[in-house]
Amino acid sequence: MNIDRRQLLGSAAALAGASALSVPAFAADPIKVGSLHDLSGGLDIYGKPMVDALTLAIEEANAAGGLLGRQLQLVNYDTQSSMQLYTQFAQQAALKDKVAVVHGGITSASREVIRPVLDKFKTLYFYNTQYEGGVCDRNQFDTGVTPAQTVEKLVPYAMKKWGKKVYVVAADYNYGQITSQWVKKYVTENGGEVLSIEFFPLDVTNFSSTISKIQAAKPDFVWSALVGGAHISFYRQWAAAGMNKSISMASTTFGVGNEQIVLSPDEANGMLVCYNYFESVKNPVNTAFLEKFHKRFGADYPNVTELAMGTYQGFNLWAEGVKKAESIDRMKVIEALETGISIDAPSGKVTIDPPTHHCILDVHIAEVKDKKFLLLEDFPQQKPADTAAVCDLKKNPNDNQQYVIKF
Amino acid sequence: MDLVALLAIQVLYAIASLALMSVGLAIIFGMMKVINLAHGEFLMLGGYAAIEANRLGLSIWIAMLIVAPIVVGAIGIIVERTIIRWLYGRMVDTMLATWGLSLFLVGLTTAVFGNTTVGLSAPLGSFEIGQYRTSTYTLFVIGVAIVALGGVLAVLRFTRLGLIARGTMQNANMAAALGVNPNRVYSITFGAGAALTGLAGAVIAPVSGVFPTIGAAYVAKSFITVIGGGVSIVTGTTMASTLFGAVNQVATYVTTPVFGEVALLAAAIVLIRMLPQGITGRFFRGSL
Repeated sequence: MNIDRRQLLGSAAALAGASALSVPAFAADPIKVGSLHDLSGGLDIYGKPMVDALTLAIEEANAAGGLLGRQLQLVNYDTQSSMQLYTQFAQQAALKDKVAVVHGGITSASREVIRPVLDKFKTLYFYNTQYEGGVCDRNQFDTGVTPAQTVEKLVPYAMKKWGKKVYVVAADYNYGQITSQWVKKYVTENGGEVLSIEFFPLDVTNFSSTISKIQAAKPDFVWSALVGGAHISFYRQWAAAGMNKSISMASTTFGVGNEQIVLSPDEANGMLVCYNYFESVKNPVNTAFLEKFHKRFGADYPNVTELAMGTYQGFNLWAEGVKKAESIDRMKVIEALETGISIDAPSGKVTIDPPTHHCILDVHIAEVKDKKFLLLEDFPQQKPADTAAVCDLKKNPNDNQQYVIKF
Repeated sequence: MDLVALLAIQVLYAIASLALMSVGLAIIFGMMKVINLAHGEFLMLGGYAAIEANRLGLSIWIAMLIVAPIVVGAIGIIVERTIIRWLYGRMVDTMLATWGLSLFLVGLTTAVFGNTTVGLSAPLGSFEIGQYRTSTYTLFVIGVAIVALGGVLAVLRFTRLGLIARGTMQNANMAAALGVNPNRVYSITFGAGAALTGLAGAVIAPVSGVFPTIGAAYVAKSFITVIGGGVSIVTGTTMASTLFGAVNQVATYVTTPVFGEVALLAAAIVLIRMLPQGITGRFFRGSL
């Protein structure tokens, strides 16, 4: 196509006119919802379902007329499993795109990278991943479950079923380090004993010496807080050595990356887990949600994960906050959320706990059976007691740190 | 006593897997002086080839032992014909080119297979040593490593093909004057190295699983082994694998996997400091 100078000037003028015209139309501009999730790199097995859930949540909100009469727009940044990009995109979301809220961050490491950035530039932040607990920051809401809600339930259940001696294997970064301390605390409180805790960098694939050490230690069961693709080989090598027939396993991470689908039933059956959401949770909201989800993303979508549901619920809590505040102003929304807003979510009732900015929600213990989760026991409306023991944002609204459990 | 036997098997396994992973690289680096930074990706492709072939209904043994080497060997020949052959003698350029290739292969496999970990269940079940259990597949990997290294040795020493290959690597002009086509020999040698790497990737796949970026976990160890081993392909690889595999496995057992890796690297640094030409640069000179 040939464009002469006159045409170019003409179209430039038209563009300028169009952008000038758009200024008075500001009120109808969409509200921007920022999303910082890994859609490529090693962590995309976690990130993709989260963004799918957020996409669906926003489409639903728009179909229902949007918020405050405005449509919502998803502004998605692919952080590519790189901490550097988390900082960069968090700044871009806050300063350039001026989003109303940021949802995202997957690992605890990435959360601690963007939390100070979003604090500094006064952008509301929702962290929707199950994690080790303890973050106390008025600018942030945490919609995932923490150890007092899950580990505290699963430890006595597993000990009653299998015995008192536990061997812990965990990923070697803040999540695994802190979570394994919680496991130790609850095992000790229940009269048991942690024989050993072993940490593995995220790229370790050879677990043979650990498997012999576990055999030599003779625990009643093994607790796994392993993370990511490479660590799946632990479960394979465990099964290949025939160990899954004699020593059982419980986990705080298994299934979050759909490990139960990647592994064969022979390798994964019998594993105990404890989360807020499973597809098999029975209630009308969940049935309707799953129908919509599969209609949008295909009937063969493997599984709506814990993290995907955390994101879906996180968005809807924020939307309730905006409705109640009748504004997207950060402080007004925070104050509205701090009234203890509740939603009826697919996982059950989810309520913001005002002093901690964490959530009160249902948790369930489930067992892996033939690539699915079989629900065994329900614990309705669990409070984030771990964070509550150290964090009170009502008394200290300026508190801003992650508390770490100490024994 | 049972524990000692179990540990011995695991040390042997660590040695065997290291040797298997490195022998393809040893051929490509040792004979052709090409630094193939896409070596880890060749291992990864071997894993995918076996898993896909198995998914399409082939038996796991055919998929691992036949399909994977053929597929990766063919990829190796294509790579040699299209990229490597323009860069012989230009070591830095080859490194850049194969690094680019490595990124390309990671991107391509991610696009095709997605970024989820896939894998096969290890066949053969497990066996007991006293009160301990371990996977029978471990013994199979040890067996494959012995056969692969023995095979390379036999080809190089006893066949005409091996003789021509060695001759061409020593003096390509002389070989050409004697009627050998060096380009073809390079091609076949590179293909053979790639095929062995594919075999290794396939055999390790049931143990470690496969995902597009897993090559990064292997490539450094393979290079350390090959450089530690020195010029002789089979002897060097065997000796260096034995040293590093044993150090790594024992240190891992006594402490943690992190210190196991540290011990391996420390051993490598000490070795290269004392023997800059690798083990076979000083001992067993002239062996294959």
